[in-house]
Amino acid sequence: MPRALVLLPAWAWLLAFVAAPALILLGIALGTGSEGVPPFRWPIGPGFAWQGGLSNFATLLEDAFYRDSLLRAARLAASTAALALLLGFPMALAIARAPRGWRVPLLALVLLPFWTGFLLRMGAFIGLLRDQGLVNAALIGIGLIEDPLPLLYTEGAMLAGMVHAYLPFAVLPLYATLSRLDPVLEQAAADLGATPMAVFGTITLPQALPGVAAAFLLVFIPAAGEFVIPELLGPTDALPVGRVLWQEFFQNRDWPLAAALAVALLALLIVPIRLFQRLS
Amino acid sequence: MTARLVPALLVLGLVFLWAPVLLLVGFAFSADRIPFQWGGFSLRWFEALANNARMIEAGLLSLRVAAGAATLAVLVGGVAGFALARWSAFTGRALFGALVGAPLVLPDVVTALAMLLLFVTLESAIGWPAGRGALTVLLAHATLGAAYVAVVVQARLAGGTRVLEEAAMDLGAGPFTAFRTVTLPLMAPALVAGWLLAFTLSFDDLVLASFVSGPSGTTLPVLVFSALRLGLTPEINALGAVILALATVCVALAALLLRARWVDGGGEGG
Repeated sequence: MPRALVLLPAWAWLLAFVAAPALILLGIALGTGSEGVPPFRWPIGPGFAWQGGLSNFATLLEDAFYRDSLLRAARLAASTAALALLLGFPMALAIARAPRGWRVPLLALVLLPFWTGFLLRMGAFIGLLRDQGLVNAALIGIGLIEDPLPLLYTEGAMLAGMVHAYLPFAVLPLYATLSRLDPVLEQAAADLGATPMAVFGTITLPQALPGVAAAFLLVFIPAAGEFVIPELLGPTDALPVGRVLWQEFFQNRDWPLAAALAVALLALLIVPIRLFQRLS
Repeated sequence: MTARLVPALLVLGLVFLWAPVLLLVGFAFSADRIPFQWGGFSLRWFEALANNARMIEAGLLSLRVAAGAATLAVLVGGVAGFALARWSAFTGRALFGALVGAPLVLPDVVTALAMLLLFVTLESAIGWPAGRGALTVLLAHATLGAAYVAVVVQARLAGGTRVLEEAAMDLGAGPFTAFRTVTLPLMAPALVAGWLLAFTLSFDDLVLASFVSGPSGTTLPVLVFSALRLGLTPEINALGAVILALATVCVALAALLLRARWVDGGGEGG
């Protein structure tokens, strides 16, 4: 069978559902809002007259509200990725060093919560952290506090939920790298008198760096657009870019600005994405 | 790092991952009206869940959309992964590879907005798809799933398996017979794994679904999200218990299947 015939449906699918949406998104980001349905004008008008511009992007740069939402998303993604690495690295190392028969069950234990529906797990966090929640009830019960602590709708609650949701993304690439390391090198260093810390710093960590970078990016990239967890667990006044995009689109019906926000988020992520593709 | 600290942190991490899940499931059996408060053992919230017509309807819709999206994803992603693994040169290969991989690296919210804008534009240009609902959610999920399937298939076909097809053709098999008797069985585990992955992604997805679904496309996550925003209910706990039980059964089955394969295949993969 000629290759072109096999590839034709795949090409059609990719052009229709990957390439076309990207071009439309970019087109609308360059367009302007209008009163009609749908509420925007294409940058190229009747008779191929150019009527678009960069005004949406100018708004994003000038208005602190949008600028801050992008920065906040980057900060949230970076802290999530850093915390997921901090916890995920020792987890992956322990699994990689576990006896052979233990590794697959341990990995399954890391991954299984991932299949329980992330919304339901966020529901559990709400149940734990709200004023009448389990954590506050326990703290009051042992007499440590008298009034419930405001735990839910805080940065801390949001980060806990984010790390919970993204931890498996960090553990998997780290495990893949760490399980391939040759333990003989570490033994050699230890035999030659290196302390456990020195062995880790000079032998284990440098060899694991590609995995560390991949794990960081694998968390950072999707976390930058996350808006469900901040909405359910985070502070109400500090919206990351994903949430602002949703509001612009569905509440303010400013489609060109929402599209421009999506393009700006992509522009911020282009370097991490290229790095990730190089690593994998 | 000392020998004891690392396993201790693994235990800590597992406790962090599992504590919310186990509490969610445990309190599903509490009679109390307030979620996460123990009021004695009861199955009333499972009964309430079983009688919640909207939840059941959304759950069935989610299952149908996930099955359809996963099947489409395997068809598109299987061909794409095969082409990228086996054909080193064809017109537009670089663009093809970039388009296949793009949904993997884009944040959900960007893909979701772009898909919605596509459907709106298509509707005003050619009248299809008319409105948004289960069909548009399915198409969006299939596009995301196909990217994952392609990666899994490509990985499976990499690494020296090509010689098997060459051997078949040396022994007189035509390219089509070689594909059917050698390549396809080789790809099969990746296609199954890819289907399951695409199914899970679709079943758990909120962002794409909430952008591209209309009133007729309320999937389970969309319904759960709106319920969670209004406040936690014990029915949500019961739903969590049901989904965890189903997921455990599926993972156990997949593990058994894989183990059987490894034993049959003489320790492949280890």
